[in-house]
This record gives sequence, structure tokens and C-alpha cells, in this order.
Amino acid sequence: MILLKKHKKTLLYFVLWFIVLIGVNVLIDTRIINPYYRSVLYGIGINVILGVSLNIIIGLSGQLSLGHGGFMSIGAYSTAIMLRSNPTLSGLALGVGLGLMISFVVSYMVAMPTLRLKGDYLAIATLGVGEIIRIVILNLNVTNGASGISNIKNLMSWPLMFIVASLAVILTLRFKYSKWGRAAISIKEDELASESMGVNVTRIKVIAFMFGALLAAVAGAMYATTYYVVKPETFGIDMSISILIIVVLGGMGSLSGSMLAAVFVGVVNMFLQSFGQVRMLIYALILILVMIFRPEGLLGLDELSWSTIKKRLFKDAKVVKS
Amino acid sequence: MTQFLQQIINGLSIGSVYALVALGYTMVYGIIKLINFAHGEIFMVGAYLAMIFITVFNFPLWAAMLGSMAGSALLGIVIEKVAYKPLRKSSRTAALITAIGVSFLLQNAMLLIMGARIYTFPQVFQNTSWIFFGLRINTLQIMMFLTSIALMISLQFIVLKTKVGRAMRAVAVDKEAAALMGVDVNHTISMTFALGSALAGAAGVMVGLYYISMTPYMGFAPGLKAFVAAVFGGIGIIPGAMFGGFAIGIIETLVAGYGSTLFKDAVVYAILIIVLLVKPSGLFGKGGKEKV
Repeated sequence: MILLKKHKKTLLYFVLWFIVLIGVNVLIDTRIINPYYRSVLYGIGINVILGVSLNIIIGLSGQLSLGHGGFMSIGAYSTAIMLRSNPTLSGLALGVGLGLMISFVVSYMVAMPTLRLKGDYLAIATLGVGEIIRIVILNLNVTNGASGISNIKNLMSWPLMFIVASLAVILTLRFKYSKWGRAAISIKEDELASESMGVNVTRIKVIAFMFGALLAAVAGAMYATTYYVVKPETFGIDMSISILIIVVLGGMGSLSGSMLAAVFVGVVNMFLQSFGQVRMLIYALILILVMIFRPEGLLGLDELSWSTIKKRLFKDAKVVKS
Repeated sequence: MTQFLQQIINGLSIGSVYALVALGYTMVYGIIKLINFAHGEIFMVGAYLAMIFITVFNFPLWAAMLGSMAGSALLGIVIEKVAYKPLRKSSRTAALITAIGVSFLLQNAMLLIMGARIYTFPQVFQNTSWIFFGLRINTLQIMMFLTSIALMISLQFIVLKTKVGRAMRAVAVDKEAAALMGVDVNHTISMTFALGSALAGAAGVMVGLYYISMTPYMGFAPGLKAFVAAVFGGIGIIPGAMFGGFAIGIIETLVAGYGSTLFKDAVVYAILIIVLLVKPSGLFGKGGKEKV
């Protein structure tokens, strides 16, 4: 009984989570959510994974990475190749595993040297890495060059998407409040100060970077099996920037903010689907305006919960008074 | 050997474009420590402006070039005032993200205005080519090389010999101290953006003449390469940017000539990463201690 009381909140969250899982699945089965909206939902799910994974790198440890699309493409291509010979869920699992492995090696190779660089150099170096990954994929045989891989087996279903996205969110949340996560936040606030307090700056940066890169590979795997086509140009700088927009909009370091922003971006994309340029124009404006007027993003470092909402309202009220 | 020298000549002509764009990066970075991502897009706008001046208003080439330099300079000033000035006190990551936003804004605004179709730059230049000792060289290449050298020398003159240039150097060293000495910091930063953007505009016109086809995406990749050139030579150092630009141009054409065209971009990025790891201050840079 005491145990139940202690974990009441957790249990409540789990029940809520389960209701969403089953509820949406029923809605999809009964075609209340038609296949079009279903694909929008999947898109949001992928964006959630991408958003929280990049947020670990940018929002928590404060390293601006512009090569996230590259790591995503590693996962996407591994999955596409694995599913070609084994078009089942086990093939998908193998693809994710392969993607994680390659992503692990590549991100380690990238992170160890480049993360010694300061902010803006790092951004360019990661951008270069993303481009190099894209060019390598473009020139390999197994990835089928510029035409990419099509007819990938579509194994995506709502439970799969929801479970994977939830796992990604839970993992990143655990990371944020772990020893490493707190060290990462301290690095973002003041690198020299945290170093003098005994934080191994490079190590924490590498861990955060690799963690984000691994999750990006998972998102890529989900992308491959949802949209059943992967092409090198999908994962270029445009992709990295659109993930950046999710992070910036939601808040640097706020994982729930990234989730909200992923939903927002998904919905905006749905409405503006036929206006490609206007959409990109709006995103560019969002990037600039958010940075000028609210550089920490919508939620900043906070997570969405009743206490933060109360804190916000209270704090704002005080500011108005003074 | 002839082929090698030929590649060097081709590399020098495209390298002069990179050098011009790299100068803008270097100047802006030197003064406000910001990688102006939108610089490549200013270069693209410069090319489009020159095309419009030539086809719509029938400007001669030199007038179109001056016009596009003026237009680019104006655009640079506006971008600085609207997007970067409010962020001067905020974190560098925020400024960098804004710069990416501006870059995307310009690219997509141009796509919206001009459409995604590929424009061809009007061929107003009488291009004749000569062959010296088996090496092919054309007027355009010579023109590009000489124009960029002339622009670089005049830039060096402005920075080293004029009052504005002295103000720029002062602000680059210490903003507050310069302001205390009576330097108008805002005006100086605007001038820096104007000068850098004008050079990018000129480079845009040259690329239009050289590659003929133009798209709104034409600025991004050369912009990044020019940035690599600036880092290669030592960011913030004007001769370094020139050297870096020529070096990147030559390396790129050599890789394309002897290796694979597909890998030429990858090589440029690899150079960037290697330079940043081995000598982050660049070839001409002095390694300075970090201030706490």
C-alpha cells in the first residue's frame, strides 16, 4: 500500500500513457483517424525523437550541432538495407541495431576531436560532417547512390511509433536529470566554471553528443520504414535545420518543449504542405524572431508540468508588479 | 604537368571568388565574432541583382557590378541592423542560430520571388581564350583574378590607411575601449557589413559570369567553402582569407581533376576539420590564450 502511494503518480502516468496508446490505435482501426492523419502522426513521432535527441546536444550541453541529418541518415540507410533481405520486425530491429552501431562509431570519431572546438567552430565542423556522411552515402554502392533505396517494407504502426517515441523521451528525460545531464547543463552555463568544479568537460560533451547521435539514428530507422524511400538529399542541411527549429521553438533544454514544438511543426507542415516556400520562410522567421525575443525558446530549460506553469504565472505576475 | 598547371589556373580563378567571399566572413567575424551564415546568400542576391540590372535595365557589366555591390552592401547593413544588432549581448549560439535563420530566409524569399527555375546569367562578356604553352586561359579568368586582386588591395587600403579602417581595427580589438575613445561602434559595424557584403556581391557577379546558371541555392555551398577558406587562412585576418580562398579553389579543382568531382566538397569539409584540429587559429593566425 505504501509502495502504491509512493508510485501513485508514476502509475497514473502509465495508465494515461496506456489509454493514449490503445485509444489512438482504436481510432486508427475505426478509420476515425484516416491514413492521411495517421501519417501526420507518424511524422510527429519521428520529429519528437529527433527533437529530443538534438535537444540533448544543443539544449543541455550547449553544443550547436548542424549534422544531425547525417546521423539520421545512418539509421535510415542501415534499416533500409536490413529490411531488404529481412522484411520483418526482426529485420527492423537488426537495422536499428546496425544503425546504432555505425552511428556510435561515427559519432565517437567525430566527437572526440571536434568537441574540443568552441561553439561556432563546432557548428561548422558538424555541418561538414553531415555533408561528408551525405557525400559518402551518395557514392557508395550499397546505398544505391543518388537514387536512394525505395520500396522499403513499411512496418510502421501506431503502437510501434508511440512506444519508440516514448522510450526516446523517457531516456532523454532520465539523461537530463542524471549526473551526466546536470554536468552537461553546467557546461552550457559556464564551461570554465564547471571545469574548475571538476566536471570532465570533453567527456560530458562527447557523451551528450553521442547520445543524441544514437537517438537520431533510431529516428532515421523509423523514417525509413514509415516513408519507405530514403534518398541522400533528404538528410542534408535542410533536415538538420528543421530539427534545429523544433529545438529552438520548444526551448533549449526543455524536452517537453521539443515535444510540443514537434506537434506544432507537424500540424503546420500539414496545413502548409502545398506551400513549400512559404513554410520554409515561416520557419526562418520563427528562428530569427525566437532568438531575438526569447533566446531560450518557449519553455527554456523547464519541463511542462503544473508546478512550472504555476511558477511561470507567478513569476510573470511579479515582474508586472515591480 | 600541363594538366596540373591548367588545374592551377582554373583553381586560381574560382579561388578568387572564394577569397572575396571569405574576406566578408573574416571581417564580420573579426569585428563581432559571428559566423555570418547569410553571407553566402548575400553573394547569391548579388548575382541575381546583377542579372536584373543587365537584362531589365540594360546596364553595362561594370555598372551592373557596381550596382550589385551597392545593393549587397545595403542588404548587409539591413541584415545587421534588423537581425544581429538586437543579439549583440546574447549568447553566441543564439546569434549563430539567427544567422542560419537569415540565411534560410533570404534563400526562400528568393525562391518565392524568382521561382525555383534556373536562370542563365546574360553573357555580356566577350570571352576569348588563348593558349600559352598548352595552357588554356580566357579573358574571364583573367578578369576575375584581376578584379578580385584589385578589390582586395583596395580593401586592405581602406582597413589600414583610412579613418573607418582604423575604427574597424579598434572595434575588433576592444569594443568598449573603442567606444570610450570616441569611435561610433554601431556605425563601424555597419560599415564592416557593408564592405564585406559589397565584396560578396562582386563575387556573385563573377560566379554568374563563370558558371552561367543561377539558382537561389547557389550561395550556400560556396558560402560554406569560403568560410572554410577564411578559417584555413586564420579567421579575422585579411591576407589569411585571400590565401585561404585561393588555396581552397586550387585544392578543389585538383581533387575534381585528379580524383572524383563527387568528392570535391567532402575534401573541403575534411580540410576544415583538420585545420580546426591541428591549428584552430588558422595558417596565419597567432595562437592566443583564452581569456577567463
